[in-house]
Amino acid sequence: MTSLPTAEERSGKKLGLVIDLDTCVGCHACAVSCKEWNTQGYSAPLTDENAYGADPIGAWLNRIHSYEVETQDGQPNRTVHFPRSCLHCEEPACVTVCPTGASYKRAEDGIVLLNPDTCIGCKLCSWACPYGAREYDPSHGVMKKCTLCVDRIYNEHLEPEDRQPACVRACPAGARHFGDLGDPESAVSKLVAEREGYDLLPQSGYKPVNKYLPPRPRRMGAEDEAGDRPKVLETLGVGDGSLTDQFFKWADKVLSR
Amino acid sequence: MHPAYSVIFFTTASGAGYGLLALLGLGAIFGAAFPQGPLFCIIAFGLSLGLITLGLLSSTFHLGHPERAWRAFSQWRSSWLSREGVAAVATYAPAGLFGLLWLAGFEGTIVWKALGFLSAVFAAITVWCTGMIYGCLTTIRQWNHTLVAPVYVVLSAATGLVLFALLMQSFGAGQTWHVGLAMTGLVAAGLIKVIYWLSIDKEPRDLTIGDATGLGRLGTVRQFESPHTQTNFVQREMGYKVARKHARKLRLMCLLLGFGVCFVACGLTFILPAWAATAWLVIATGAAAFAVVVERWLFFAEAEHVVNLFYGTPQA
Repeated sequence: MTSLPTAEERSGKKLGLVIDLDTCVGCHACAVSCKEWNTQGYSAPLTDENAYGADPIGAWLNRIHSYEVETQDGQPNRTVHFPRSCLHCEEPACVTVCPTGASYKRAEDGIVLLNPDTCIGCKLCSWACPYGAREYDPSHGVMKKCTLCVDRIYNEHLEPEDRQPACVRACPAGARHFGDLGDPESAVSKLVAEREGYDLLPQSGYKPVNKYLPPRPRRMGAEDEAGDRPKVLETLGVGDGSLTDQFFKWADKVLSR
Repeated sequence: MHPAYSVIFFTTASGAGYGLLALLGLGAIFGAAFPQGPLFCIIAFGLSLGLITLGLLSSTFHLGHPERAWRAFSQWRSSWLSREGVAAVATYAPAGLFGLLWLAGFEGTIVWKALGFLSAVFAAITVWCTGMIYGCLTTIRQWNHTLVAPVYVVLSAATGLVLFALLMQSFGAGQTWHVGLAMTGLVAAGLIKVIYWLSIDKEPRDLTIGDATGLGRLGTVRQFESPHTQTNFVQREMGYKVARKHARKLRLMCLLLGFGVCFVACGLTFILPAWAATAWLVIATGAAAFAVVVERWLFFAEAEHVVNLFYGTPQA
């Protein structure tokens, strides 16, 4: 059923991830661990084509971007690693556009899932998602997406500490947190409140459940804050147009002949 | 957006087929002087239902599992694609009966007219649903536009009108108003498309990579490294850029070589003998087909998906 569960049907539980952009080191361990778990679990197979060739392509449920941010407020410029996967939206358009009922949002915990046995592979859900969360698996002919490791989190055959998504379990930096974002008293909700976690593209209206914690401001040394950071270039006499600088430029030109 | 050939063929062919079907239905109500005999009926329904059926079949070619296509009739409560599927199949019922009654000689009866009316209504609903599949997607600025579904309907009507004029003319039943109506449809098609293009060009591209990532609060954001060395499905499907740089030329080709040539060819039939008029209407049909195929190609190629922001596109 691709109509979304009504407010009465929903349990109030909103399972999701909180991703800390301050501590993510961009190691891709979460993506690899996700691929490894899901290629044998609910989303199996999660195929790569031409994996060792010149132009490999494959379905992955988690992608790690890296951005550089040129700051304007005196903070140093920085690199931000940015994992991107399904945000398990409260109002997911990927579900409502699905013509077959293969896509659905679970009333009991809010997980957005896809039934690989009824998906016709029309790809319309991938068009409806602004976050690029759904990928087509050509070898299987169906769409693949993050299941929030639904086959781990309730799995009583696993040790209690392993009953969380594979990406969260694998993260060596502690940058990924899993929990109930519908419960204001949960650890993840408190973390979001404390660190001012935010939604991706809130104007899309899909109300993502997953939250991103912004990078913290960098601590500046006392010298920096006083504004008398040593002017490295000037003390070396390089590039400042001084007599020494002109001499070295002349020397460089002569020696380059 | 990547233009899938099967979808371009489907939307243009079935669009023309539904347009022709609707005109046969409307012609029945308003008492158009259809040629006598079963041959016209067979050719007219063969052409319209043939185009519709070929289009629908081709639309299943881009599916990962065409054998499961029947499942797409189930989610009409929420999905425009499902509604289109239901409407498309439902149209066969009144259209089939309409054609059978015609063939059986019940032409002119009230039931025959009612079925013609229903065929026209169902055809219009189906084409509207096709447009809304695209029009409801908020992720693509060029598609999430009030004119998208109307454009589908107007272009379907225009191509249907050209086919209708050709059909009537080739059976020696051509009248001035057939061609006149087709020319009116072509002007409407060209106009609504120009208004749509001007409108999407004027809209601000105000979403940035900083908005998408939420990192804009820190400063200017640029892609430092892609998540993967080769392009993935999302980039191949949503990041299509090939025709975009030729968009202006292709728009002009669509308007001048397509709708324009079709309009002139239609106009020439007024001053030519009947046999030549048929030939010119064949040329007009070819030009109309060219116009809608180029238009549909551009509709996909010019569509910019917001997900490209995550892959380093500065604005969308």
